[in-house]
Amino acid sequence: MKNCVRQAFRSNSTLRGAWSQNYLQRPGEGQLKNVTVLPGDGIGPEITRSVMQVFDALHVPVKFDVLDNFNFDNDEQRNLLKKNECILLGVMTEKNQKYTDNYRFYKYLDLYANITFAFSVEGIKQRHNNTDIVVIRENTEGEYSGVEHEVYPGVVESIKVTTKQASLRIAEYAFEFAHLSGRKKVTAVHKANIMKLVDGLFLSAHREVAQKYPFIKYEEMIIDNCCMQLVKNPTQFDVMVMPNLYGSIVQNVVAGITGGVGMAAGASIGKDHALFSQGCRHTGRDIAGKNIVNPSALLVSSSLLLRHLGLPNFADQICSAVQETIQERKLKTKDIGGKASTEQFTKEVIKCLGK
Amino acid sequence: MNIIRKASTTILRPQFNYQKVILFPGDGIGPEISKAVIDIFDAAKVPIEWEFHEIHKKRVTEQGDLITEDTLKQVKALKYALKGPFETPIGKGYRSINVTLRKRLQLFANVRPCKSIKGVKTPYPGVDVVTIRENTEGEYSGLEHEVVPGVVENLKIVSYNACQNIAQYAFEFARANNRKQVVACHKAGVMKQGDGLFLKVCDDVAKNYPEIEFSEEQIDTMAFKLANDPTKIDVMVMPNLYGDIVSDLCAGLIGGLGLTASGNIGKDCEVYEAVHGTAPDIAGKNLANPTALLLSGIMMLKAMKLNDYANRIETATYSVLEEGRFLTGDLGGKSTTTDYTKAIIDKL
Repeated sequence: MKNCVRQAFRSNSTLRGAWSQNYLQRPGEGQLKNVTVLPGDGIGPEITRSVMQVFDALHVPVKFDVLDNFNFDNDEQRNLLKKNECILLGVMTEKNQKYTDNYRFYKYLDLYANITFAFSVEGIKQRHNNTDIVVIRENTEGEYSGVEHEVYPGVVESIKVTTKQASLRIAEYAFEFAHLSGRKKVTAVHKANIMKLVDGLFLSAHREVAQKYPFIKYEEMIIDNCCMQLVKNPTQFDVMVMPNLYGSIVQNVVAGITGGVGMAAGASIGKDHALFSQGCRHTGRDIAGKNIVNPSALLVSSSLLLRHLGLPNFADQICSAVQETIQERKLKTKDIGGKASTEQFTKEVIKCLGK
Repeated sequence: MNIIRKASTTILRPQFNYQKVILFPGDGIGPEISKAVIDIFDAAKVPIEWEFHEIHKKRVTEQGDLITEDTLKQVKALKYALKGPFETPIGKGYRSINVTLRKRLQLFANVRPCKSIKGVKTPYPGVDVVTIRENTEGEYSGLEHEVVPGVVENLKIVSYNACQNIAQYAFEFARANNRKQVVACHKAGVMKQGDGLFLKVCDDVAKNYPEIEFSEEQIDTMAFKLANDPTKIDVMVMPNLYGDIVSDLCAGLIGGLGLTASGNIGKDCEVYEAVHGTAPDIAGKNLANPTALLLSGIMMLKAMKLNDYANRIETATYSVLEEGRFLTGDLGGKSTTTDYTKAIIDKL
């Protein structure tokens, strides 16, 4: 009986439309919403332009406040960041630095949960199939506290700070996410056998929160074993939660085992703000301006933005269009084994919208 | 007639002063795999005499260590040691044995070569990387404290001397082993002073080795490259924590810790070890895979300049793995430890 209904679902498009794609909005929810856009450096401007073009084609009720040439040290510009709840980010670097870890930026907006989605996409050559991992990384403290000093000439101390409050916060977020997304397992990644106090505190916070969610399986894994398991057998992982530095490494490993940096979507969530960006913070300076960057990561991330704003239908359309472009139309950018340019890819995604 | 034959056989076996090497069998499967290695080395007639040292969990010293001063002195005296797997307790009272050995013997470099093995199928063929990890300081300094209730600090120490030692070792290693590239992995974007110092020292040392291509990469980008396409990577040098993570990642690329060799190098002595766990669930059942300890032993023989013996045993081991007729359970076969050991001995 179940199979007949599913078959009818697939063949009868009107039936499909009636059941699955409608969203009953509160009156007035379709009004224009403001979203801050930070194109940033490197490949940032190209991918944010791609997203804005796709939103335009769909007539999404969103107004973009673009902040070009953003400088975090400029007070005025920094205050502008807090204006809207949602932010779309290309690539953020620190001034005159080659690295993207602008941790002060995330602390300023208190975006404490950094999330990366990595799943196997059919149509892209990967070393592992059936991977579906969500990495949740604590984004404000840990090794990124920025507290360092030279104790004695030639001897430097960098301080890794872990607080119970931040650990509890990220644990709550991870389990809540798993619960609301229908995920079955949460793995806490740590190095408590060596860093007994700091990672021990992190783990105890997670054990506390795990008890409130008895229907979600909770396990712990040491970071080095975790990385090894990721390259050997990634299908065992579901949701993974970890402190800041390990998160940075694991995000990149999961991107490496699935479609790459160009396919992994990401977001940084806090109480007052939500930032949507690529999953991995790479500047891509070597491919910037050459029209070869893959905008899929930011496109999928923008669909997460749309769901956050309460516009799920547009989100579904963008995701399906990206999937169709890669799988059916077989149009891929260089990083996933094709020859299309960013513009060609974006145009094709726009063509696939609404199907 | 019989007496003459017996006498001639005893004369034909001259008593050289075999070099003594310390052996720590370890816990769990440690004793079984140690025996396998001893048997293979015996069959290959390697001129080594093993000196056994056990470590007992009940005898904790004043400093909270499980290894006595005498044992440590002995390792320094004999220079070479081979070590099986030990249990590392999570959050318990005494310090991990591995960390103690490294700190007390000043084993400043951990070298883990990872090369794809023919006959072991992984999604990553063609890997040939070496991870050189700073082994004494960094995040593993063990300096932690609770500042106020609910706020904990861990101190990561980076010192110029340790960076100099490891960088020097890395480039010497590359030169001695004909390696073309060395990449320094760091997180200097975030830890500007700490990893910044490490990077600066590597840069300075690189100037003395113009034939080797030196570059630097952030640890997360390196992790991405390793998971995406590790065939382009050669030698990597990095501080303690990153090295721990990356060396295990590389082990995963070639088939797991059961096939990975590892060496801890100091100025006075070298300890080669099997880096896998104690596998308590298969301990004592003759199912364990001794390849990791064997490959580490081979690394040790090469360091002791007994290259002929090392190469013979290595060829035999790889040949058995490639053939695939006698593989232990973890590699998908059904052989016991003793079957696998015998297969290698037969190939010598």
